[in-house]
Amino acid sequence: MAQQLLEVQDLHTQFFTRDGVVRAVDGVSFELAAGETLGIVGESGCGKSVTALSLMRLIPVPPGKIVKGSIMFDGADVLKMDDDEVRGIRGNNIAMIFQDPMTSLNPVLTISRQISEALELHLKMDKSEARKRTIELLDLVGIPSAKKRVDDYPHQFSGGMRQRVMIAMALSCNPKLILADEPTTALDVTIQAQILDLLKNLAREFRTAFILITHDLGVVAGMTQRIHVMYGGKIVEKADTAELFANPKMPYTWGLLRSIPRLDERRKAKLLPIEGLPPDLIAPPPGCRFEPRCQYRRDICREKEPELVHIPNSKPDHEARCWGTQQGGWLVDTDWRKEVGDTRVIEEIKQEVAQLPPEPKPGDVPPSPTAI
Amino acid sequence: MALSTPTKPTDPDFVRIRSTATADSGKNLLDVKALKMHFPLTQGIIFQRQVGAVRAVDGVDFFVEKGETLGLVGESGCGKSTTGRAILQLYKPTGGEVKFDGVELTELGGEDMRKMRRRMQMIFQDPYASLNPRMTVGNIIGEPLEVHHLARGREKTERVQELLRVVGLNPYFTNRYPHEFSGGQRQRIGIARALAVEPEFIVCDEPISALDVSIQAQVINLLEELQDRFKLTYLFIAHDLSVVRHISDRVAVMYLGKIVELADRVDLYERPLHPYSQALLSAVPIPDPAVETKRKRIILTGDVPSPVNPPSGCRFHTRCWKAQQICSEVDPEFIEHEPRHWAACHFPGV
Repeated sequence: MAQQLLEVQDLHTQFFTRDGVVRAVDGVSFELAAGETLGIVGESGCGKSVTALSLMRLIPVPPGKIVKGSIMFDGADVLKMDDDEVRGIRGNNIAMIFQDPMTSLNPVLTISRQISEALELHLKMDKSEARKRTIELLDLVGIPSAKKRVDDYPHQFSGGMRQRVMIAMALSCNPKLILADEPTTALDVTIQAQILDLLKNLAREFRTAFILITHDLGVVAGMTQRIHVMYGGKIVEKADTAELFANPKMPYTWGLLRSIPRLDERRKAKLLPIEGLPPDLIAPPPGCRFEPRCQYRRDICREKEPELVHIPNSKPDHEARCWGTQQGGWLVDTDWRKEVGDTRVIEEIKQEVAQLPPEPKPGDVPPSPTAI
Repeated sequence: MALSTPTKPTDPDFVRIRSTATADSGKNLLDVKALKMHFPLTQGIIFQRQVGAVRAVDGVDFFVEKGETLGLVGESGCGKSTTGRAILQLYKPTGGEVKFDGVELTELGGEDMRKMRRRMQMIFQDPYASLNPRMTVGNIIGEPLEVHHLARGREKTERVQELLRVVGLNPYFTNRYPHEFSGGQRQRIGIARALAVEPEFIVCDEPISALDVSIQAQVINLLEELQDRFKLTYLFIAHDLSVVRHISDRVAVMYLGKIVELADRVDLYERPLHPYSQALLSAVPIPDPAVETKRKRIILTGDVPSPVNPPSGCRFHTRCWKAQQICSEVDPEFIEHEPRHWAACHFPGV
């Protein structure tokens, strides 16, 4: 496994609060090859952002602490580095795009100052070089008239433009890995489409590895090669993207797919929500974390926690953490599509896609614009 | 297609609806005509003089029928929340008419309006900010009962418990404070508060956007159940198009202070006429890689222009791929292109 860019082993990140120890990330392991895109999906509080912050060693200490595990990045353990070494990686080899472009830029510094800082620090460029490169980067992420705007302050940019600035900043040192934490959640749909399009093209062009963290299954569907679903501080399902959506093997994933209305499907008479609340991570359920909300649960689910193992009737790298769907379980033969309330067959989906209307052309059906 | 004569020909901004609500206003609970809400921009330290206006809502017409849900979608800053608040007279509209059950709200005085508010309520977006942290749940839900002299004492307590039960919470929660509840539960408390006065009409202003994915469906289902049970009429404001499709009977799309398209749910989602609606629909990511990788997206360039200084002619022409000369000169009228399907575009169609 020498070719892996990132290998996370048994990561435990905890927060020590007055009410008790919050096990925000509780034994997460995954790996990522160079140039690969990975999606981490889950609800708020499931530990996906804390996982990303742990990779960058950005967990506030105290109250937080990475208590166990290893993070091998490019052959070195991030958790064993001293502060200077970590600083050499942050922004340089691993960059991060945050959720909220309104608060993650410094309001009193110009855009040029903020992007050049990393270039001067990590790549040892001089001022004029860094400025030139900054303008190139802003051009690259599609900021119009970059030359003029480079000396503007963040408040002079709109939300979508600020997110582009953040992306330019993340790309500035040509990192091997970019962590994008809910990069489009604060944006409107049309702007979200622009930013996702940009990220997709950049990932292809630069062969940068991406970890895309989001709660929106729609966003990861079009963007990633593999998906990990997180729930209650643990990864509960791992699969490649097509496999996860075609053949999910964890009742929580079924629940997620079932509870969101989809634009391309017939309208359902009623949504089927996941009942109950996400687990309290100070005192998580003793068995499967999803057991209290799971409609397929049996006694074993409450008593013993299932491991993340390969699931029968699925692709070799498809793993899930569920007693029901693993070898010998009672959900092995359950047709998830029926459970999800989706009665369409794959063939039908393919036909519908083929029949999608072509791109609208300017000037078709121009009824005379009448005025009285 | 024949056009109607404008009812107010003197007002150049007046948007026309052919066969408007007036024809069958017996069914309409709410009639909004040429509603405008401008916020002044002032300058100066001692003497404030007005230097411009944010034209948040700039002439919208629509009606809401009794018992239906009208969805109002658009991007942030397009004026959808302002519309909701201007209808409830939480802002004093700059112009236009708001008729609720035949009564013109913009002309009502304080006391009369307060009585009307019993019939129209609001559910807010942020369940963390819209509940007073120093009041118990019982007081939060009970307050409207007292204000409107509906119940007091023991009767009030019973009513509050009943309301909690209706929204799916434990009736013994009355003495707890908002911070003891999760986001979804708080939103239920907000809903119970709105229901307390037995309203007919509720403006739901992004009621689920602050909630987790798995909780959103719970709240949507609750809103639907309550609608059936209490015969409620909703104006459902949201930016999530898939949720709006699920809950609405008709949908209005707003862009920069104007409604650009209004139609029955099926018509709007299957045959959107306005290019902006088409772009919005194509921008929604679909949770299925088989569909997502093959789908063609219309990606709009640029950002929404400022409502202080909106573009001339059609407001969407700066981002529209169909735009021609006329679009930057003449503001397209809001015309009924198909039965019950209005759009404001010079070149509507697929």
